[in-house]
Amino acid sequence: MSVPILKQGPFLIATIQAALSDAELQALQDELSERVGRHRTRGVVIDVGAMDVLDSFATRSLRVIADVLHLRGAETVIVGVQPEVAFAMVRMGLNLQGLSTSLDLEGGLALLSNGHRSS
Amino acid sequence: MTTTTTLSVRLESDILAARQHGREVAERVGFTGSDLALIATAISEVARNIVVHAGGGAIMISELSDGRPGIEIVARDDGPGILDVELAMQDGYSTVDSLGLGLPGARRLMDEFTIESQEGHGTTVVMRKWIRTQPGQG
Repeated sequence: MSVPILKQGPFLIATIQAALSDAELQALQDELSERVGRHRTRGVVIDVGAMDVLDSFATRSLRVIADVLHLRGAETVIVGVQPEVAFAMVRMGLNLQGLSTSLDLEGGLALLSNGHRSS
Repeated sequence: MTTTTTLSVRLESDILAARQHGREVAERVGFTGSDLALIATAISEVARNIVVHAGGGAIMISELSDGRPGIEIVARDDGPGILDVELAMQDGYSTVDSLGLGLPGARRLMDEFTIESQEGHGTTVVMRKWIRTQPGQG
């Protein structure tokens, strides 16, 4: 299943609909990287609200995507981490430190907009 | 009576299938909320371990109903085995450039976790989680 990517103003929004395979995460990374260049995007929101598990692999994949996009000149905000998913991650010793997070899409877009004004 | 389902794990898509099935079993046993996420995440880690390190194996998921209700997950592979289990269970140890949090992380998510491995003879992980008895609910 591919991840829909919407352009909203100067930002891109990728909404992960369900658990993704390695290949799908790789495809998401490639697609976002390409579209950041095409649209000269400065910020990307990745919505993981539909993901029922963020295991060590998924966490690492999000980090890689954010690092790649950062090198392409865009900031990434991860939004929608579910409460029970957050709890499981903390219990496991996983975190998204170094990545921006926000409660939901609205918060993520606000974070990116504020970042723009201050930079 | 114990009901066990055996799922073959070889491809990456099998990881998703295993954790989805595990979540269903856990719900049937009576787990709720964050426990379901803990169990699904632990299954995801041991299943990925099989796919990445052994190339194939099986996951057996059982409802435990003798006494306290719980769930048992056995992950078995016939891969190369783990040379130093103690080392592999340390945070940050990885042979494949992952986070090295898979197995030690899974151990933290479950109530019981045992791992047996012999070089050349595969690895077996057994993990269990029990329903927490709520105060005032017997």
